[in-house]
Amino acid sequence: MPAVVVNSLSKHYGTKKAVINAVKAVSFDVAKGELFGIIGPDGAGKTSLFRMLTTLLLPDGGSATVDGSDIVKDFKAIRNKVGYMPGRFSLYQDLSVEENMRFFATIFNTSIEKNYDLVKDIYSQIEPFKTRKAGKLSGGMKQKLALSCALIHRPVVLFLDEPTTGVDAVSRKEFWEMLKRLKEQGITILVSTPYMDEANLCDRIGLMQDGRLLSIGTPKEITGSFKETILAVKAGDMYQLLKSLHDLPAIKDAYSFGEYHHAVMREGFDKSELEKYLQEKGNVAVEIKTTEPGIEDCFMQLMKN
Amino acid sequence: MASEKIITTRNLTKRFGDFTAVDHISFEVDKGEIFGFLGANGAGKTTAMRMLCGLSMPTSGEATIAGFDVYKSTEKIKRSIGYMSQKFSLYEDLTVKENIRFYAGIYGKSNSFIKEKTALLVKQLHLEAEADKLVKGLPLGWKQKLAFSVAIFHEPQIVFLDEPTGGVDPVTRREFWNLIYEAAATGITIFVTTHYMDEAEYCNRVSIMVDGRIDALDSPFNLKQQFNAKSMDEVFLQLARKASRGE
Repeated sequence: MPAVVVNSLSKHYGTKKAVINAVKAVSFDVAKGELFGIIGPDGAGKTSLFRMLTTLLLPDGGSATVDGSDIVKDFKAIRNKVGYMPGRFSLYQDLSVEENMRFFATIFNTSIEKNYDLVKDIYSQIEPFKTRKAGKLSGGMKQKLALSCALIHRPVVLFLDEPTTGVDAVSRKEFWEMLKRLKEQGITILVSTPYMDEANLCDRIGLMQDGRLLSIGTPKEITGSFKETILAVKAGDMYQLLKSLHDLPAIKDAYSFGEYHHAVMREGFDKSELEKYLQEKGNVAVEIKTTEPGIEDCFMQLMKN
Repeated sequence: MASEKIITTRNLTKRFGDFTAVDHISFEVDKGEIFGFLGANGAGKTTAMRMLCGLSMPTSGEATIAGFDVYKSTEKIKRSIGYMSQKFSLYEDLTVKENIRFYAGIYGKSNSFIKEKTALLVKQLHLEAEADKLVKGLPLGWKQKLAFSVAIFHEPQIVFLDEPTGGVDPVTRREFWNLIYEAAATGITIFVTTHYMDEAEYCNRVSIMVDGRIDALDSPFNLKQQFNAKSMDEVFLQLARKASRGE
């Protein structure tokens, strides 16, 4: 049986006048030991979904189980089995690092010593500061403490809600390396993120937008389902180039993508004709090459359809 | 002709007790430039930006913003700049029009100016149907675009954008950058921070702060050559990994 089974799960907020459908009949499974990512922008419904699965919020429709327990009926069992790290730092700021750890361990009837092997990799990095108040820690250290506290009762499934939002590129890389090592210890991990480039670090992902899952699969399956050819195009004036690309009927879509623009081509396009057209439009130093679609390309196509 | 410098700093420094948050930074920004201000968490970006906006007095060094001195003319600096951040941008319980009116009023714009330009802006952003609705109900992407437009409504010389696209979907993120390009084309200087490395590529020049200092400053193309890197992501990682201090 999969570690998480979600079946048509829904959640709305507000009254009849102004209803916000935060999660709209979402279904997916997460296998045991899998690292599953929910990728989507703010307001996609990621937090509502995680709060339902961790029994902090009741669904309005559908059902779900975590490690075989129903999220409504067996909420007590689930609370013992899952670890949850909310997007906002929610530890006790006026307790020390060690006191926070001990507090969470005690709630779950265990001790730091008993599960030390599981958190050692992460906790040892902040242990030199164990007498410091949690509120006085740096952002990166708070994150490590929150993760240690979410792990101290050896959960079967770990839920991490946007652990890397607002975190710089270096700290983000380090965090994902920690997750990889946790996964090796057999813990099932669900993680949400607005950063598309983090998708490739997950075993499987769900792309979420406006309360719906647009696509579910391995990163390779999702990028593989992108049928059109993408050309990466560069020129002296990138803004001018983008306008030229938008005007050509052979191009289905064009958008900036870092150093290049991506042009999604319609079938039967001709690369040399495109080059000629761009030069006629006054673009200089034009460079065109074929490129593989990434998760962000897929996300945008799914969003626009 | 030498390009006009809209921001000039020399050895700009800010200390808090014995901690040097910003450590002798010197750089210049050209008028109309899109300038990316990057750095790891805790590198000193926010402190530096606060000084450039006239919100925080430097400990030492010099800086001129839009021709005004950061020690003597902070009020004039504030009038010459616009500011937008991901966290604070608009009043949720005011309507779209009320937000525009409020900000424009703060900057002392005349009623006729506000009226005329509001109509134009609402049309440009395709917000006609939402103009009299509370900002609270707008999708995040629309809010961000509106917040940017409000930040440049009083026609400032420079606009400071602090992580303007955090958490925004990839389509809206690009629409947002189109607004930035359009603003830059009218001569407004853009000073922007971001955690998205692809957005660093959209800047004319990029500076990268490490431990309070500016360790690199050039066009994305030159930075990649200098660091022998394929992407700005690699450049950033090479520099940020050297950092010795945390947040």
